[in-house]
Amino acid sequence: MNRLSSFNVVSLTFGFAFLYLPMLILVIYSFNKSKLVTVWAGFSTKWYGDLLSNDAFLDAAWVTLKVAVISSSIATVLGTMAAYTLVRGGRFFGRTLFSGMIYAPLVMPEVITGLSLLLLFIGIGMDRGVMTIVLAHTTFSMCFVSVVVSSRLATFDRSLEEAALDLGASPFQAFRLVTLPIIAPAVVSGWLLAFTLSLDDLVIASFATGPSGTTLPMKIWSSVRLGVSPEINALSSILIGLVASGVIIASLVSKRNSVRLRLEERTAERL
Amino acid sequence: MRRFVLISVPYLWLLTLFLIPFVIVFKIALSDAALAIPPYMPTMKDGLRAMLSQLDFENFVFLTEDDLYWKAYLSSLKIAFISTVLTLLLGYPIAYAMARAPHEWRATLMMLIILPFWTSFLIRVYAWVGILSTEGLLNRFLFWIGAISEPLMILNTSTAVYIGIVYTYIPFMILPIYAALERLDASLIEAAEDLGCSRVKAFWLITIPLSKGGIIAGCFLVFIPALGEFVIPSLLGGSGTLMIGKVLFEEFFSNRDWPVASAVAVILLIILIIPIILFQRNEQRQQEAEG
Repeated sequence: MNRLSSFNVVSLTFGFAFLYLPMLILVIYSFNKSKLVTVWAGFSTKWYGDLLSNDAFLDAAWVTLKVAVISSSIATVLGTMAAYTLVRGGRFFGRTLFSGMIYAPLVMPEVITGLSLLLLFIGIGMDRGVMTIVLAHTTFSMCFVSVVVSSRLATFDRSLEEAALDLGASPFQAFRLVTLPIIAPAVVSGWLLAFTLSLDDLVIASFATGPSGTTLPMKIWSSVRLGVSPEINALSSILIGLVASGVIIASLVSKRNSVRLRLEERTAERL
Repeated sequence: MRRFVLISVPYLWLLTLFLIPFVIVFKIALSDAALAIPPYMPTMKDGLRAMLSQLDFENFVFLTEDDLYWKAYLSSLKIAFISTVLTLLLGYPIAYAMARAPHEWRATLMMLIILPFWTSFLIRVYAWVGILSTEGLLNRFLFWIGAISEPLMILNTSTAVYIGIVYTYIPFMILPIYAALERLDASLIEAAEDLGCSRVKAFWLITIPLSKGGIIAGCFLVFIPALGEFVIPSLLGGSGTLMIGKVLFEEFFSNRDWPVASAVAVILLIILIIPIILFQRNEQRQQEAEG
């Protein structure tokens, strides 16, 4: 089974070329001197310079970062609480409704979520801006966090918690000292997921925002509707670079951790 | 007491910011344009009976009369369906090859499939604009190898939308199929071949049926979000490609017709409920089969 036929090799090569070539081309052409995006006219970092002196983009980037950090942090707390409730909460009134509300936003088209939130904000007369985007992003990303965390909680050995409780820990202490350290990787990946979802979102933010809050995707959107621009290529390359290095660092760290864990286990066995 | 706080905080959050907004969408979809101008809340405060007596299906009647909406729903269904099939045809061989790759490669291959998820969706769609336009790289390349003499019109057609959907959603197809294929017991295929089954026949009779769960899950994971897609048809499809997500967005932001936008949203939801329920059934069956 472990031998690749030539057909397998072709489909892997073609598949990864399809996934990565468009992004690679985007990055290469961000260093193009010409304003015409498809004609290569020599190497230049001019567009990066232009981008860094463009205040509108920098402002939007700052708003986006602020929204992403705040909303993903609140979403992580709420999502972890929701996951704990779903996995450990037992029976309570409206449990089915609750789990429905956790899963529904995952499959809901963004246009509908956005529309419904906007109608709510208008209905209660809330000023729209950064604050409303944070509320909107927190709402859908807490559901993603909750799914990630609850899958970890479900596989977790409950007797550890019970042991802590038997030994006199309060439920909160047991959570903080036993449960939290064990589910921590899932909580961290939930936060990261919420963070990237928020950074990336265009549709929901467009509905939820008002004149005062323009996020980076909204800014990118309004300029790419007019066609390809080298500045956007430069901006995209920076974002792709950040994500790629983030993922590579994360995977190296987790690899090192698992190697260390294995070493520790082996040492423990020998003792 | 603690348990109460633990449950009620996320509960109340979702009630206020997820459920109530939905009720408002339904309410506005069923009301006159004049009532839908804020403040529309007072009409809700009048109580359920007043609300029910004001029900008005005018917006839905309007939707059935204007064939723009019919066409948009049908064309969304068609585009989502065709792109799901294309994604399956392209994704299956990749998932299959991944499952046959040596063990030590698999983690890396998985990471390479997941990595695009973390990069901006908007940017991944935007990357195709420069490739597919008439002066774009694809046309230049085809011209250079002599395959075409006139530039092909791909951008701003539904072909570009298919390419965009397949490109952005293919990881959703590959991952569940790969998960199913990886669990597949290789000795079953060896047994079939030993018993005189040709490789192609063994593939049809064993591999495909045993990866059925993954195929179904992958198809729904592509079809459901593709149906309400807004960014891809707006950026790659041009004005000729009708999709309901785009119509809803434009109805709301350009025409400012909130009741009609809400009615469009309600019907989209009703259309989506069927595939979502089927998807959940499939997931449950999978879990039961495993457990």
